[in-house]
Amino acid sequence: MQTPFSSDPKKIDYSAMPDERGHFGPYGGRFVSETLIAALDELQAAYLSLKDTPAFQAEFDRDLAHYVGRPSPIYHAERWSREIGGAQIFLKREDLNHTGAHKVNNTIGQALLAKHMGKPRVIAETGAGQHGVASATVAARFGMECQVFMGAEDVKRQSLNVYRMKLLGAEVIPVTSGSRTLKDAMNEALRDWVTNVDNTFYIIGTVAGPAPYPQLVRDFQSVIGREARRQMVTQTDRLPDALVACVGGGSNAIGLFHPFLEDESVAMYGVEAGGFGVETGKHAAPLNDGKPGILHGNRTYLMEDENGQIIDTHSISAGLDYPGVGPEHSWLKDMGRVNYVAVTDDEAMDAFRALTQIEGIMPALETSHALAYAAKLARDMDKDKTILVNLSGRGDKDILTVADIDGITL
Amino acid sequence: MSRIAACLEACQASGRKAVIPYIVAGDPWREVTVPAMHTLVAAGADIIELGVPFSDPMAEGPVIQLGHERALAHHIGMADVLAMVAEFRQQDPSTPVVLMGYANPVEVMGYERFAQAAVAAGVDGVLTVDMPPEEAGEMNSVFAQHQLDSIFLIAPTTTDARTKAICEMATGYIYYVSLKGVTGAGHIDTDEVKSKVNGIKRFTSLPVCVGFGIKDGESAAAIAECADGVVVGSVLVNGMGDCVGMAARNTDGADVLEGKDKAVLAEEVNARVMSIVSEIAAGANR
Repeated sequence: MQTPFSSDPKKIDYSAMPDERGHFGPYGGRFVSETLIAALDELQAAYLSLKDTPAFQAEFDRDLAHYVGRPSPIYHAERWSREIGGAQIFLKREDLNHTGAHKVNNTIGQALLAKHMGKPRVIAETGAGQHGVASATVAARFGMECQVFMGAEDVKRQSLNVYRMKLLGAEVIPVTSGSRTLKDAMNEALRDWVTNVDNTFYIIGTVAGPAPYPQLVRDFQSVIGREARRQMVTQTDRLPDALVACVGGGSNAIGLFHPFLEDESVAMYGVEAGGFGVETGKHAAPLNDGKPGILHGNRTYLMEDENGQIIDTHSISAGLDYPGVGPEHSWLKDMGRVNYVAVTDDEAMDAFRALTQIEGIMPALETSHALAYAAKLARDMDKDKTILVNLSGRGDKDILTVADIDGITL
Repeated sequence: MSRIAACLEACQASGRKAVIPYIVAGDPWREVTVPAMHTLVAAGADIIELGVPFSDPMAEGPVIQLGHERALAHHIGMADVLAMVAEFRQQDPSTPVVLMGYANPVEVMGYERFAQAAVAAGVDGVLTVDMPPEEAGEMNSVFAQHQLDSIFLIAPTTTDARTKAICEMATGYIYYVSLKGVTGAGHIDTDEVKSKVNGIKRFTSLPVCVGFGIKDGESAAAIAECADGVVVGSVLVNGMGDCVGMAARNTDGADVLEGKDKAVLAEEVNARVMSIVSEIAAGANR
């Protein structure tokens, strides 16, 4: 395994990843058909030439401040912490962003890239619809044509977000191939991109896909961790003892974790969707119960059968219902830097209700997985310790799902 | 000399263009594949590309996706595909067979174990769609040790520098993708194909075969003028799938084959295969 070492041979230089070919140790890379390579080369060249220019950074920062509403605050959940009776829990309020989740940080960045590359049309894949809405939103803002690929099953389950995207001027294309969910939507978006690459920019919603996407999405989302690091020091006079974030593809988690990777005192927990329980096999937790393989252009931990076919996943939360995970997470798991754990549907639901009733903050079901684990963790920590949870999205979109669980028809 | 090299040399020596049909192993069901492979040869196939079904065939258009889904509805895995090749080899020791598929079913076996099993079954070459040259080093060297040919794709957008790198790794033949897009898409511009194929030949003495967009005798004839061989996939998979109504399952989720007379259907599939490939073969060598 390739491991980048700094002058101290025991210290890993996390900022050196990925290498120039998009590898995070044995993970990541670019496993796509030759037909897509030129498009990825064009994207990578554009990104590398723009990313560190003051003009591009200023444009990005301006939109994050005035359009997204950054910086997002950090809130000390005092009542909930007291009730749990352990460490103090702080929340990075990405739910307060425009469109209600962290997704928009990335879609703003990629839409700016599309603009600079002269692409008038953007496409996106979406599961629950949050990334689709964030993509449709920035397409409206930049005057771009937008088509969103969404599994036909998800279109049925997420009718509210489908209509939101339509109102924003995007076209939602139901995908009927394969399992008709997020992974198939991603396949279809890649197929569209390869056919229409001359005028089209593909906005991937998470830190997966072929290089340079995992790096590019991480860089755009890292604003979360950079702000949080500063804010925690200002508000608590020190760094947090632990970070907790949910992991589907893993973009909100990597966004929070990445600026803290060199801080050895900060423990990190990525929380996967345990579904009905990891032991049942009905879950979406490849880092807990999968193995490395190749899907969607990168090598990473996957949920697969003995023939290498990708298997259907289960989670109460559509945003975590994905059989793969970003390659950097696979690497961080193997390096032992981040602990990847899982919580079940039921545990996530309990945390959803707790935060809603005790703090008046209704989290997304995805985020509720992180909250559930933070509560477990806090119980065993002293009261003067701090845990920072990425509150990655708000729960309005999940009200119908929750009502359904409660047996209520709205 | 490998079976692929021998076959393509014989084609060139006799001034023929190679005819390379693609079908998905186990599509529309398991028992159809080996007889269909023999029918392909009888209809004029020089090399057979046998698709290994995968749950996420991201470079395929809708027709071949459905072929993969039909095969997967019958749980066709790599072991089944290799068993089909071995069965085919019992009667046909000479026609080269190339497995075309995606990386993960090979990864899960491990390169060494896969290569041994493939050679033992009588496979001659492997085309891994999502394994570009940058990532293919390890796989390629294992395959080379086992004398398995590594077929690579070159696209209209592939630069000269990449073309050179791909040609250095490739054995057997080069597969030039004549269209931007997925399998089964649009119409081909033969002038552009001709100039690209000539461009590739500056870097390699390997035969260059062209696929994507070959639908009938006419298009096969046009492409054959500028290539060493023609690959036909979507129209064939479509014809075979059409015999069972394309879908793997009915709207109520039941297997579409349930209650059907498979012997009658198999005859229908073979007749379709014969008619489609005969027309392409005649066109390619008009």
